[in-house]
Amino acid sequence: MANENELAKLEQSLATWQKKVEQSLAKFPERGAFAANRLYTPLDTAGKDYAADIGLPGEYPFTRGIQPTMYRARLWTMRQYAGFASAEESNRRYKYLLSQGQTGLSVAFDLPTQIGYDSDHPLAQGEVGKVGVAVDSLADMEALFDGIPVDKVSTSMTINAPAAVLLAMYIAVGEKQGVAPARLSGTIQNDILKEYIARGTYIFPPTPSMRLITDTFAYCSQHIPKWNVISVGAYHIREAGSTAVQEVAFAFANAIAYIEAARAAGLKIDDFAPSISWIFTAHLDLFEEVAKFRAARRLWARIMKERFGAHDPKSQMLRFHVHTAGSVLTAQQPDNNTVRITWQALAAILGGTQSLATCARDEAIGLPTEASARMALRTQQLLAHESGAADTVDPLAGSYYVESLTDGIERQAREYIAKIDALGGAPAAIEKGYIQREMAESAYRYQRAIETGVRTVVGVNKFAAAEPQAADFLQVDPTVGEHQSARLAVLRAKRDNIKVAAALDALRREAAGDANLMPCLVDTVKTYATLGEICGVLREAFGEYKAEADI
Amino acid sequence: MKNIRVLVAKPGLDGHDRGAKVISRALRDAGMEVIYTGLRQTPEQIVETALQEDVDVVALSLLSGAHTHLFPRVVELLRNKGLGGILVIGGGVIPEADIPALKAVGVAEIFTPGASTAAVAEFIRNNVRQE
Repeated sequence: MANENELAKLEQSLATWQKKVEQSLAKFPERGAFAANRLYTPLDTAGKDYAADIGLPGEYPFTRGIQPTMYRARLWTMRQYAGFASAEESNRRYKYLLSQGQTGLSVAFDLPTQIGYDSDHPLAQGEVGKVGVAVDSLADMEALFDGIPVDKVSTSMTINAPAAVLLAMYIAVGEKQGVAPARLSGTIQNDILKEYIARGTYIFPPTPSMRLITDTFAYCSQHIPKWNVISVGAYHIREAGSTAVQEVAFAFANAIAYIEAARAAGLKIDDFAPSISWIFTAHLDLFEEVAKFRAARRLWARIMKERFGAHDPKSQMLRFHVHTAGSVLTAQQPDNNTVRITWQALAAILGGTQSLATCARDEAIGLPTEASARMALRTQQLLAHESGAADTVDPLAGSYYVESLTDGIERQAREYIAKIDALGGAPAAIEKGYIQREMAESAYRYQRAIETGVRTVVGVNKFAAAEPQAADFLQVDPTVGEHQSARLAVLRAKRDNIKVAAALDALRREAAGDANLMPCLVDTVKTYATLGEICGVLREAFGEYKAEADI
Repeated sequence: MKNIRVLVAKPGLDGHDRGAKVISRALRDAGMEVIYTGLRQTPEQIVETALQEDVDVVALSLLSGAHTHLFPRVVELLRNKGLGGILVIGGGVIPEADIPALKAVGVAEIFTPGASTAAVAEFIRNNVRQE
């Protein structure tokens, strides 16, 4: 924060320096065209109001972090994304990760579960247990958390379209363990809008989907106060090809739509906003990523205060999980991925994340082995305990470059949100295909940059080497689908089918009305009605979403 | 000679379509006619579309690990319909160890992360059979 006199002097000396640069360029031309300027100085951050724009950690607008002492008090939660094959096998992986120092669980479900089909559904063929664990009923959920006390560990579940059903199962697992809902802590992703634009595991059309989300908001604010009712997915928007600015802007636009829906349903902002959490990516550009997290925190605080009149600081705080970007990992020379993941994780830490998942080095090839999953966790532990990056709060604040990037990302994200508002908000912008087109355009530009050599990918378009692929990747047992189907047959024969039918009938009636569906879902899962049966009833009541294939 | 017609298809439940969309656009820019199926197609639906659209190439994109089940099924159904001349290629997160078996059943080539769209277009030009 130099005064005007100093700035004027700086401008003069920069003009002189520029001549030196010209001479240097004549002799040593720069390597290429760069997105960032050559140099950042106090001129780039002149006019900033430190108190209003940057402030102190733990205070509005939270640019420097949401807690006053950040990692000096408590490190981020190390929460590796895991799940594959059967509930028993995933349960073993969770216990292994917890034994190795992981501090929270993150459940990956397989695609049939995410789309509300039982493992014996024809469309589930070949998919059971592949990208996550298969959960067909409460019986699988009980096996998944067998021996894991749900009052001691927080659990994040990557589940969207049927999130309300899986949350109901988790509540039931808690009850069996003698843990009341109020003592459960964790997260359901529950962000359906980004499924339509980026991730593709939708079931129902937007309107009933928004109802399910609002129902979980209302239910949790009353019964499970520690539960994060949504984890708004910026991650998936970026992974689908967006830029950093689009990642922030499109996720914020979706969150604004959820808040507006909840308010329209009569909820008060400060009653539910503190339970909104986020998931962002950590991409490759170290400084841009740090700035992205800082800009997102500030912009969200301002939106909550200025647009929604939130008073509770907890409503204004952007609390987020970061998962390092999987899409930038390469099948070629997978050891390089460990290095990429390390600085991606560093960006998340310097950006003040609350929770972190690091990819495993072999994710461009298949699911992580136990050894590569451990290495990914160790990467976080090394950064936490040896690098010094966690020892001071928001260490990059005041960097002319980082502050200038932070301002730029906030400004451009605001512009995008204004455009989406003008289109009628995120649901309308999605319906018009606007967001999808913007993302596809960025994805194509990124790919062109790699293929034309503008962007270097080490080991792929530069420094490539012929080498055989490592053979020690994880193979999911191909019979897991058959096993899961056999278990379903036993379950259907053993359970009280009269109770199941009555519960499903009740759900059918409730779904046709407008009462909160959560209590009914909790009752229904306890009869061991399957996920496919429950979603089948909801499919009949709500209809199914059909996406347009727009390229 | 007429333009090469390509069906870019997403079999199974996988919702990751960044690659399918990028490859669709790149092949179009390379002068091919491209039809994209959208998400969640069964092998039967893909083969029906291939027949209806009279395509020369079916390009399957899948990141869910279900390729060992779904890719061979598409090839088999194409043959059953007398469409065995269609060039079938695949792309996605596919371990090298799975590739020989996929090629043995008639998938002509598999492109893994890092493959360039130019290489895909070139492979199609060199291997497509057009009447």
